Amino acid sequence: MKSDGNLEAVLKAGHFAITGELGPPRGTNVEAVRKKAQYLKGMVDAVNITDNQTAVVRMSSWGASLLAMQEGLEPNYQMVCRDRNRLAMQSDILGACAHGISNMLCLSGDHQKFGDHPKAKGVFDIDSIQLICMVKKMRDEGKFLSEEKIDVPPRIFIGAAANPFGEPLEWRVHRLAKKVAAGADFIQTQCIYNMKTFRQWIDQANDMGLTEKVYVLAGVTPFKSLGMARYMKNNVPGMDVPDHLIKRLQGVEKEKVASEGIKIACEQIEEFKEMKGVAGVHLMAIEWEHKVPEIVEQAKLLPRPKLSRSGPHKEA
Amino acid sequence: MIIAEWKPIPELVSMLKGHKSVLLVGCATCVAECAAGGEREVETLAPLLRMALKTEGVSVEIKRKTIERQCEWEFVEALAGEIEEVDAVLSIACGIGVQALSERFAHLPVYPGVNTTSLAIREQPGLWTARCAACGDCVLGETFGLCPVARCAKSLMNGPCGGTRHNGMCEVDENVECVWNLIYERAKARGELQKLYEVRRAKNWSNSAHGGPKRMLREDLRP
Repeated sequence: MKSDGNLEAVLKAGHFAITGELGPPRGTNVEAVRKKAQYLKGMVDAVNITDNQTAVVRMSSWGASLLAMQEGLEPNYQMVCRDRNRLAMQSDILGACAHGISNMLCLSGDHQKFGDHPKAKGVFDIDSIQLICMVKKMRDEGKFLSEEKIDVPPRIFIGAAANPFGEPLEWRVHRLAKKVAAGADFIQTQCIYNMKTFRQWIDQANDMGLTEKVYVLAGVTPFKSLGMARYMKNNVPGMDVPDHLIKRLQGVEKEKVASEGIKIACEQIEEFKEMKGVAGVHLMAIEWEHKVPEIVEQAKLLPRPKLSRSGPHKEA
Repeated sequence: MIIAEWKPIPELVSMLKGHKSVLLVGCATCVAECAAGGEREVETLAPLLRMALKTEGVSVEIKRKTIERQCEWEFVEALAGEIEEVDAVLSIACGIGVQALSERFAHLPVYPGVNTTSLAIREQPGLWTARCAACGDCVLGETFGLCPVARCAKSLMNGPCGGTRHNGMCEVDENVECVWNLIYERAKARGELQKLYEVRRAKNWSNSAHGGPKRMLREDLRP
């Protein structure tokens, strides 16, 4: 084991894993975190705590991760390259691990131009792949990027993101290969809607032997509304929403669109369960945490196994 | 070349208000090429400033002069005569030129008339795009002659990221080509895609501004 966490144990034991997502509040609203955490508790194996997502300032990922742990959730601590240099990253990783955080997700981060501080200086000292290399070096070699020795190295399960739908399409599996070579233990993908393109990507990953080296969690985001589906299709670069899904949502009564969205997500999850190379799903129910129990139940993913040795799921 | 663009007129007006006579100085090199600070721009800007200042109810004399290069002492020296007749200078050269004037004529305020933005090329008439970030650790040999430091919004070393648009443009600006997509296409055309499969390690930023103010010393050229 590379960490002491539940997520790694669940994946290693061969269970079909599910991770969730919790966006920290824009303030010190502790109750908001606790409330969201309650919906996710027992429903997911780990929960991503986003790091100033969409470049909007929020409670820090590690701060909200500690709150999530108090609520009995295992956090997947997200870290972006936009806001910190290599010194800040390494010290935050040490601090996070010292507090028992056992998973992290290494990301480049949305550009500051899109957020609430567009005049900010983007750091980007290192990129997401270099971040993965750095965390692996800290964990496996017990050294900082400077080659200096670490006094008790961090134990951490290293995550990375992948988008099978960005251009150039034929590059995508090679980018995954780079992240695996850099040291990623698990991958969470961009929201998947085009199952055909995803299947081609995972087939390539299987053929290249990548899925034997890394756990791939397929990204699922249920549509809450037709407007959301259209927005994802037209306004989010790197997102591929096929027309047939838009038509399907158009075909149901307005008050039933949300449950149709959940139905689509559950059908996808059923496909992923059978798909070679897919080790689980990453459910991003964006500002829809209260729907997670319903989705997870409908997707027949309950009960969740509890396998961590020293993580937050340990029985008192 | 060094690229600059005019500061907004109201910002210039607020700098110049209170002065009696200002020397507006152009530079006939980079900023002339990018149509921000050459002789033509001096001639265009002077009446605009006079008018804007007049609207504010102040009368400031704007004298005009363009020198070959504001970043070289011998050209700067040629301003010594005109400087005597003004109480401020407005330079529309890059930041180097502004500082050269303010160093040589330290008794006067020298204001910047432009914002210096980048090291760029004139891609088309009226369109300049960044090419170099003066990062001090050139990777062009590994990236097929296309700079990811200056041309990728996140200066990624291992792109393209997941945000490349379907038309090959950058997710941050739909009018800018994703440089990593260009690198990919060039590598593919040369049959050398495998070069992009290698993980490029963390960059050394210390040979640029991040290592403290840059100072280059060449003993062989010292007097």
